[in-house]
Amino acid sequence: MNLRRHKLANGLTILAEVNDAAYFAAYGFFVKAGARDETPEISGVSHFLEHMVFKGTEKRTADQVNLELDELGSSSNARTGEESTIYHSAVLPEFQGHIVELLSDIMRPSLRNDDFETEKKVIIEEIMMYQDQPPYGGQELLMSSYFGTHTLGQSILGTVETVGELTAEQMRNYFSRQYSPGNIAFVASGKVCFDKLIEDVEKYCGGWQAYDVDRNIAVATPTFGFQTLHKENSHLQYIMQLSPGPSTEDNDRFAMRVLTSVLGDDGGSRLFWELLDPGLAESAAIGNCEFLGTGTVMSYFSCPPELAQENLQRLQKIQLSALQGVSQKEVDLAKQKIASQILLASERTESRMFSVGMQWINGLPYKTPAEIAADYKAVTLEQCNAVAHRYPLDQNCTVSVGPNQNINRP
Amino acid sequence: MAHQQLINHHIFDNGLTLVAQSMPWLQSAAFTFGLPAGCRFDPMDKQGLSNLTCEMAFRGGGGYSNRELVEALEGIGCDYYSSTGIYHTFFGGALPAENLIQALEIYLRTIGGADLAESQFEDGRNVCLQEVYGLEDDLAGKAMLELRLRHYGHPFGRNSDGDVQGLESATIDDVRAYFRRYYQPHGAIMAVAGNCDWEKLKAHVERITADMKPDPVEMPKAADEKRGYYHIPFESNQTHLTFAWPWLPYRDDQYYLARAAIGVLSDGMSSRLFHEVREKRGLCYAVSANCHSILDRGAVFGYSGTTTQSAQETMNVFLAEVRGLAHGVRKDELDRLKVQFRSGLIMQQESCRSRVSAIAGDMFHLGRVRMLDEINEKINSLTVERVNQFLAEHVPGPFDIVTLGESELEVNDEFASA
Repeated sequence: MNLRRHKLANGLTILAEVNDAAYFAAYGFFVKAGARDETPEISGVSHFLEHMVFKGTEKRTADQVNLELDELGSSSNARTGEESTIYHSAVLPEFQGHIVELLSDIMRPSLRNDDFETEKKVIIEEIMMYQDQPPYGGQELLMSSYFGTHTLGQSILGTVETVGELTAEQMRNYFSRQYSPGNIAFVASGKVCFDKLIEDVEKYCGGWQAYDVDRNIAVATPTFGFQTLHKENSHLQYIMQLSPGPSTEDNDRFAMRVLTSVLGDDGGSRLFWELLDPGLAESAAIGNCEFLGTGTVMSYFSCPPELAQENLQRLQKIQLSALQGVSQKEVDLAKQKIASQILLASERTESRMFSVGMQWINGLPYKTPAEIAADYKAVTLEQCNAVAHRYPLDQNCTVSVGPNQNINRP
Repeated sequence: MAHQQLINHHIFDNGLTLVAQSMPWLQSAAFTFGLPAGCRFDPMDKQGLSNLTCEMAFRGGGGYSNRELVEALEGIGCDYYSSTGIYHTFFGGALPAENLIQALEIYLRTIGGADLAESQFEDGRNVCLQEVYGLEDDLAGKAMLELRLRHYGHPFGRNSDGDVQGLESATIDDVRAYFRRYYQPHGAIMAVAGNCDWEKLKAHVERITADMKPDPVEMPKAADEKRGYYHIPFESNQTHLTFAWPWLPYRDDQYYLARAAIGVLSDGMSSRLFHEVREKRGLCYAVSANCHSILDRGAVFGYSGTTTQSAQETMNVFLAEVRGLAHGVRKDELDRLKVQFRSGLIMQQESCRSRVSAIAGDMFHLGRVRMLDEINEKINSLTVERVNQFLAEHVPGPFDIVTLGESELEVNDEFASA
């Protein structure tokens, strides 16, 4: 495996981790555009735009896009997050030329009004679907409570109201700003012909006009507190918490991941033995989630409503136990687990594309799986215990969702 | 093709089948050990007993305490799991290949010598109860579980997690008796995929399973199937629509014709359901139909979730598209599908986890592994004429339907089962 790079004159980056032994190749456009790039009145536009990208271009109707993706036997999808939107396809090597042309074409969508109105209905269905699923909007409430007016507090999907009121014109304005070539990388992995890739991306994307794009990555000031979202017909109670953690750029994130693995992996962790092994909770985990400029740690569990208060105390006990220190044995086991997860992921072509692409989105230097594994291997017990004190998990914002309205902060 | 398929299998004297795909370019390996101890054997009043036994079998044994077992597996980088299905209870994992033999040793030692200690019983039961509670909040899953039970009946349509009543009435003695009877090698399948040496693996598995005595089981008969339309009232934003109709099982010679027809209906973004229900009408976010097999029986299970006011139209369009299959498929649809089949087949070859489940499934359903060449031949032989001839002889229906949501829907009598 080796990484090949190229940059077009308009600023678009091309990255490929070429592996000639692979069975197929994965290709994707990684765009620095997500919910944190939105203003409140256009909340949900990044995700809606992700759908509209498949709705046709000057050359193709929406049906033609779908037909061609299937004709190539592609495994295609797209995803929108707080900081990125990704469009990706995996195909057999002989379809490289066609998929690169097709993906490049759809990245300049027509955003036609009639398609916009039909797709709006699909998005509203998607929002309704998630509102029926645990934790019933609790995640959005947690993010908005913790981040307040900071851009990371905005919902990825938006609401029925914001999406309902969005206009195609607002989306076009957002698109021309955020989808400037300097904000985009075309990333490939697997059995890729890199020379042909540069030639084609140059041909199809070289004419894209560049705009100056700013991204606000101001450090967030978190708000701690406790909120209840009453959901009478939920069977379980869902408790989730956010506390500060290392950001994407902060090298403490390696030690924090080892620490959260010790404390809150869904198997073998302190929380596992406290809540899951005795069958006191249906699910429970602690994990770090990094953003540019700001990091968080999420603690989570779901359980029968009558056990929620006691379980919240048990969770707090585990969180506080970190301040007494974790052991060398726990750290070694966690590091072994992480190394194994990195190895298994490294053997998947698509997962390699995501790794390369997300490193670019995050402005991090490229690292191979072995180099990333080495970063975790180098984590020491002292570093884990230091981050435990730097980022106390019991100081957090908590949201409780379910039928039990009498849960309080311990 | 980047790599040759290296697949071996062997049936030991005690009835255990070992199947392995060697993928020497990988650094990892995955395995699964399926004991013929699925929920098909749960008594009607103790549904969940197989799941509870599976949980208990992993809570210490062979000299390992519960915690020591987890630490031993994590110490060799094993991402482990255990689960119960209709036919089998599975113990498996994925890990760095150099630790594979050690992982199998730990598993066999623990499961073979499971403590089934009374001191662990309440915790084990609580874990299983939590799984059942969790399903209550999965509305789409809840509708689909009800549909499966009605369509296949007991025991093949059951939720293998069991139910609250069954789990609460089971005792440690029930667990021990179930373990003694069903944790035996006859009909068991051990599958391995990844960087492994067949001869060494075979010798090792033979040694560590030598003490397991066969005690063949009999297949229960299906009962309590329920036909027609059933509605579960629930206050929710969306109505969840689930559909089932009989279709061909995986082991049938004509399976690929049946699968191709459902592929035209539901595979990919140009499929009929995706196009008609979501893209053209914007009725839903999720819509699908999938083939499912339980050895000698097959079915298609369909799903869509949509807001209450769109539910009736979604059901009508869904059923119209399924019924429309009787008019046949077009060449462009089949051509696209064949490329998708081939691509999917090749893409599945890179991962030891996907291969291990594929070869274990093939051994169970077919008694052998279908090789790539054979599948490619079956795909190549799909023609519009053959698929349409098949569809003329196999009109989809009758339909069993379960919906969950605020309002009951109207189901045209001609769609519903008699």
